[in-house]
Amino acid sequence: MKNKLKLIIIVVFLIFCFVIFFKGLNNSNTYIPKINNEKNIPVFKAKEFNSNNYINSEKIFEENIYYIVNIWASWCVPCRKEHSLLIELSKNKSVKLIGLNYRDNLNNAKKFINELGNPYAKILVDRDGILSVEFGAYGVPETFLIDKDKNIIKKFVGPINKKIVEEIKIIIK
Amino acid sequence: MLANQIGYYSLILGLLFSFLLCGISIKDFNNSNKKVNQNIFTLSFLQLTLVLVSFLSLIVSFVKSDFSNETVFNNSHTTKPLFYKISGTWGNHEGSLLLWLLVLTSFIFLFLVKSKEQPKKYRILTLLFQQLIIIGFFLFVLITSNPFNYLFPVPTEGLGLNPILQDPALAIHPPLLYLGYVGSSIIFSASLAAVTQNYISKEWGQHIKKWVLISWVFLTIGIMLGSIWAYYELGWGGFWFWDPVENVSLMPWLTLTALLHCILVLERRGVLTSWVVILSITTFMLSMCGTFLVRSGILNSVHTFANDPARGIFILIFLFVLIFLSLGIFFLFHKENNKDSINFFWLSKETSILVNNWFMMYFLSVVLIGTVYPIFLDVISAEKISVGPPFYHKLIAPFLMPFLLFMAIGPKLKWIKSKVENKNSLIIFFIISVVLTFFILKDLTTDLLFYTVLISAAFFLFFTTLKELFFKKLSNTSQTTAHFGFSLLILSILFNSILSSEIITNIKVGEKYIDNKSEIFFEKIEEKKESNFNSIVGYFKITDVNGKVIRLKPELRIYNQPAVVTSEADIKTTFLEDKFLVMNIVKGNKYFNIRYQVKPFMLWIWISVLLISLGGLLSIFKKKYEK
Repeated sequence: MKNKLKLIIIVVFLIFCFVIFFKGLNNSNTYIPKINNEKNIPVFKAKEFNSNNYINSEKIFEENIYYIVNIWASWCVPCRKEHSLLIELSKNKSVKLIGLNYRDNLNNAKKFINELGNPYAKILVDRDGILSVEFGAYGVPETFLIDKDKNIIKKFVGPINKKIVEEIKIIIK
Repeated sequence: MLANQIGYYSLILGLLFSFLLCGISIKDFNNSNKKVNQNIFTLSFLQLTLVLVSFLSLIVSFVKSDFSNETVFNNSHTTKPLFYKISGTWGNHEGSLLLWLLVLTSFIFLFLVKSKEQPKKYRILTLLFQQLIIIGFFLFVLITSNPFNYLFPVPTEGLGLNPILQDPALAIHPPLLYLGYVGSSIIFSASLAAVTQNYISKEWGQHIKKWVLISWVFLTIGIMLGSIWAYYELGWGGFWFWDPVENVSLMPWLTLTALLHCILVLERRGVLTSWVVILSITTFMLSMCGTFLVRSGILNSVHTFANDPARGIFILIFLFVLIFLSLGIFFLFHKENNKDSINFFWLSKETSILVNNWFMMYFLSVVLIGTVYPIFLDVISAEKISVGPPFYHKLIAPFLMPFLLFMAIGPKLKWIKSKVENKNSLIIFFIISVVLTFFILKDLTTDLLFYTVLISAAFFLFFTTLKELFFKKLSNTSQTTAHFGFSLLILSILFNSILSSEIITNIKVGEKYIDNKSEIFFEKIEEKKESNFNSIVGYFKITDVNGKVIRLKPELRIYNQPAVVTSEADIKTTFLEDKFLVMNIVKGNKYFNIRYQVKPFMLWIWISVLLISLGGLLSIFKKKYEK
């Protein structure tokens, strides 16, 4: 009798552990602090990738459409993975993609774009990573969705996946 | 290309052999023949050969940089030195699982060969349980992590092995650790088989002890190598960070150590059977749990090769199937030995080993809670916390003190009933330890009482085992060596933490940094080119208080594939202390951030762990347990 009780207690406890681990698996393990909703995009000046000219942030986000800011680098392996999805997104007319080339070697970055295609309407160079921090980034890749009022309404840490692409498409419709 | 096909099909054949083996074993189980069917040996050998072929073909694909293989493409690069191409084979998820399989199959084969004098039914059951694990892993590899996935069109270049994994210590760390982890699978299968056959006895204890010792030695060395790697490569200037991944390897070690001691009791007196069975099961479960935690992506670390939930779910289900299976078998078949209920005399070897067990269980629960609590909390309340070193130090250190004292006195006791002999010498040793510690520490630390108590306990163990080693020819050398090693380990760690000093500063070429202890002069930088990375080497001249000059050359490596910057610390190791210098680029390139550390007794930490393993090794080769 005593043994049975022991067994039941152990089994219940183990089932509890199983459920916890099972749920834990589906949780993302990257820590994302909640952003204060509707943060305005920072005002900045940045070098352009192809022309070496400096450009103002108002000029970059001048059109009355949605923008996506994607932070990437040629050395970042997950960026390679999400690139095809970005290209898919760039075909959408109601959104423009802005690439932020994070702490990268210019030649490597150009190679990367030539190899995998260019989804970006504009690419900005963030040589020292300061601009990315101003956006509130933790690392590469990271993707921000900016609405027509120039507020950051969504932020995705890590490579984007199909599910996120669908989510974005619904928002920008 | 060809190697790919061979590897894949031998894996599938290997799985089929598993089923065949199970079939034949079940048939043979009820056969009245006294000997195990010869076919079983042949099949088991063939299965091992097939897995070996599969593993070798993966190595061939890596050496030839065959990028039509997805695993090779993801983890290798043509410019990588041959050594790292080979070690890259198990430096990734798929390949390392293949290594698991290889060790699993080779251990069961060795077990069959080495257990000829054991009862037939017990051997066959062990084989069956082991095959169950093997089938699980075969399915895991084939379904979720096939190492032989074919890529078309064939890429011209691979993505490269994570540069921080390109390190000699890390090349042999996984195989050794696996020998320890997987070795515990044999103990698991054997103890389940023994429980069903009601064969947990003195004879079984003698027979299984070798296996326990072998996995224990490998696990100990494997953990040490991982720690050495963290020390040299990560450049954080420490050797143990209580990182979840490190904890996960420590947990089976704790249970295995407890098991090792229980087996001694079982072997001599035929008691503590429940302890032995439960510890055997837990050790392997913890090894599996470790695999689950680091591979599923539920924790984040360098070992988390890929975050694929499908893999996590597979291991999780497999793990719990095994847990429930062993639990069922334990409750159904295990009959508590009558002798178990006899109370031990309070002063005897058995009691002291039992005390050791409870200490181990306490340490285990601290580590276990620290590791999984954040996961539980995250799931239940979505709150993220991380448990750091202070938690472990606070909870473990106070208990280390009585633990060390027991370690010193316990082995001196006799079985069944005992008196403490040589009381006087023990008391003298104790007084010497306390006085010695007090004078050493007097000016060194602010937390005098705490450290004095802890270090005197360690010194006490140190002196008693040292005396044992030198003066008692008949004493149990293996045990004494291991315990001596442990006291040395604790002493080195404690003195290391008290006496370490650190300077962090920004400095540019030609500049000097001076403080009351040392003078650091940054002489120059040089650039070097290697096949798989470029590097910047800094030349530093460091003068200490006594005017002694050393030169250190830390390096910054810029790997080309994948492009990652790692900083290689330069470490001058001497008998008494390590001097450790690491540099990092600061924005603008002119200034470098340097961290200079003097860490006493680092070498002794490694030496003492080697001594501990040597104790285990001595015990393997010893004919019989000495008095």
